[in-house]
Amino acid sequence: MMSYHADERGYYGEYGGAFIPEMLYPNCEELRQNYLKIMAEPSFQEEFHQLLKDYVGRPTPLYFAERLSKKYNTKIYLKREDLCHTGAHKVNNTIGQILMAKRLGKHRIIAETGAGQHGVATATVCALMGIECVVYMGEIDIARQAPNVARMKMLGAEVRPATSGSKTLKDATNEAIRDWINNPVDTHYIIGSVVGPHPYPDMVARFQSVISEEVKSQLLEKEGREDPDFVVACVGGGSNAAGAFYHFLDTPEVGIIAVEAAGKGIHSGESAATSALGKVGIIHGSKTLLMQTPDGQITEPYSISAGLDYPGVGPLHAHLYTSGRGEFISITDDEAMKAGLDLCKLEGIIPAIESSHALAIFKDRKFKEDDVVVVNLSGRGDKDLQNYIDYFNL
Amino acid sequence: MNRIKLKLQENKKILSIYFTAGYPSLNDTVKIIQDLEESGVDLIEIGLPFSDPLADGPTIQASSTAALKNGMTTTLLFEQLKDIRKSVSIPLILMGYFNPVLQYGVEEFCQKCEEIGIDGLILPDLPLDVYQEEYETIFKKHGLINVFLITPQTSDARIRAIDDASEGFIYMVSSASTTGTKEGFGTEQATYFERIAGMKLKNPQIVGFGISNAQTFQQATEQAKGAIIGSAFIKHLTQNGVNGIGGFVGQIR
Repeated sequence: MMSYHADERGYYGEYGGAFIPEMLYPNCEELRQNYLKIMAEPSFQEEFHQLLKDYVGRPTPLYFAERLSKKYNTKIYLKREDLCHTGAHKVNNTIGQILMAKRLGKHRIIAETGAGQHGVATATVCALMGIECVVYMGEIDIARQAPNVARMKMLGAEVRPATSGSKTLKDATNEAIRDWINNPVDTHYIIGSVVGPHPYPDMVARFQSVISEEVKSQLLEKEGREDPDFVVACVGGGSNAAGAFYHFLDTPEVGIIAVEAAGKGIHSGESAATSALGKVGIIHGSKTLLMQTPDGQITEPYSISAGLDYPGVGPLHAHLYTSGRGEFISITDDEAMKAGLDLCKLEGIIPAIESSHALAIFKDRKFKEDDVVVVNLSGRGDKDLQNYIDYFNL
Repeated sequence: MNRIKLKLQENKKILSIYFTAGYPSLNDTVKIIQDLEESGVDLIEIGLPFSDPLADGPTIQASSTAALKNGMTTTLLFEQLKDIRKSVSIPLILMGYFNPVLQYGVEEFCQKCEEIGIDGLILPDLPLDVYQEEYETIFKKHGLINVFLITPQTSDARIRAIDDASEGFIYMVSSASTTGTKEGFGTEQATYFERIAGMKLKNPQIVGFGISNAQTFQQATEQAKGAIIGSAFIKHLTQNGVNGIGGFVGQIR
């Protein structure tokens, strides 16, 4: 049977692999040779799940959103990743990777961050473990995400500005990779999404797969069946989506819906809808779909949501798109903002703008009355308050 | 015979210079190549600028950003180089990241290189296994030598595999670093140079990263066949434009 998971060389169909300069080869190779072995160790699993339970607050609820369901005449469940410690699913991965780093004998952590959510989640686990932490963040993002910069500093991390290129997430990622090249022995790089060279996309997906693992048992309890009819998640790099889809990838009865940020419109020139606008290429060591010029220069995406404006997409998602396994929908800034406010009013939940993109599909994408649709509510909206205030003149 | 291979047969230490095409000005490419040849350089690496050069330090990054801003593209570079073999005979290597080559079309890119008289390619993020499985026959068909990198962290077994896959030379990265980050060599490099020399590889090695002047050139080439200067030459171009290239090269050896 065809599988949508990574093969042993880190390929999802034609996507993935490790397109890295030789300077990174030993780092990635060490990780590649050890990650599955370490993750399979009972002591690792025990520590990982203990921390997810006691520290992160898992399992997160699977909540039947009654009023939202009524409005769209279908059965909508929200997987409440917004209730995780630090406010989003990102911490599932950083907990896993910090334990991995410890077992690999690393005593310095680096990470990239865009809006700062992954940076905060990384700084958090480094504080928890007492490990040195350096977070690279684009100079422009530092200026527009001051509260998260302060959080990282309070947690003891050093925030280094990325001043190269476009000074945003992709450049912060470049800087983190350069740091790793310069510090190959003692440093572990905690990538925040299912991007980058093999084994990162697979490793991060496995750490995030706790989301769909829990959905299965929770749905069994509530609906008497493990599989929903559809699972919906927003996709930037795609880590929350990878976690939400993971245990359903090879169950064709479950529809997979990936929601990308169209920004001001797919063809507005200000968009982050990678599946629609991207072409096959190499970004951050991975072969995938990415937004680029005809000459192969990587372009800067746009979305009102800082967590979705990555010019590429994880190779898993590129494969879901190309193979037709996943249904890809793009949602504009306006649609997302309205859906976010809608959730506040109907369910008393203020979602992250990223997650609002996933919620926005119901306006046009119709489901049957008895369809069970699970939406991964990847994060809470506290970090986006200023955006909501500005947008709605609150 | 390929010009790189011919050059490597000469009984001398090889001085290779890297520059970013389209920098400092868009149309400096041909002039820089001609002046470098005239100054007695042995090999030239023409950098194809990329938006996200993740193996490069600040100097080469800045030159790439400037070159792209100046309007450099793959197509334009090929256009600038189309008559280059009428004026120079020095071995020419194109160095860049894999994505722009992929977008141009690997086959078309190699075809164009052959037409122009390019002798080899250095694409640091095109991995060994992918090259061998998908692209080696295309490179060879067009007479292009593919140059692989090794670093102090590369295992002996992998160095052997890279040596087997190479023809021409091995690009020996002097330290665990991005380009232009570290100046000079310490005991770590001495040990590494010693270790590689002791392996008696079939391909000669040319050392890159950390070479900026006569002293470091001398140190790097004590055991290796040659050395590459990149960031230091870019800095020279930043300060002097295309003037005084002969003087810069003259200081090295």
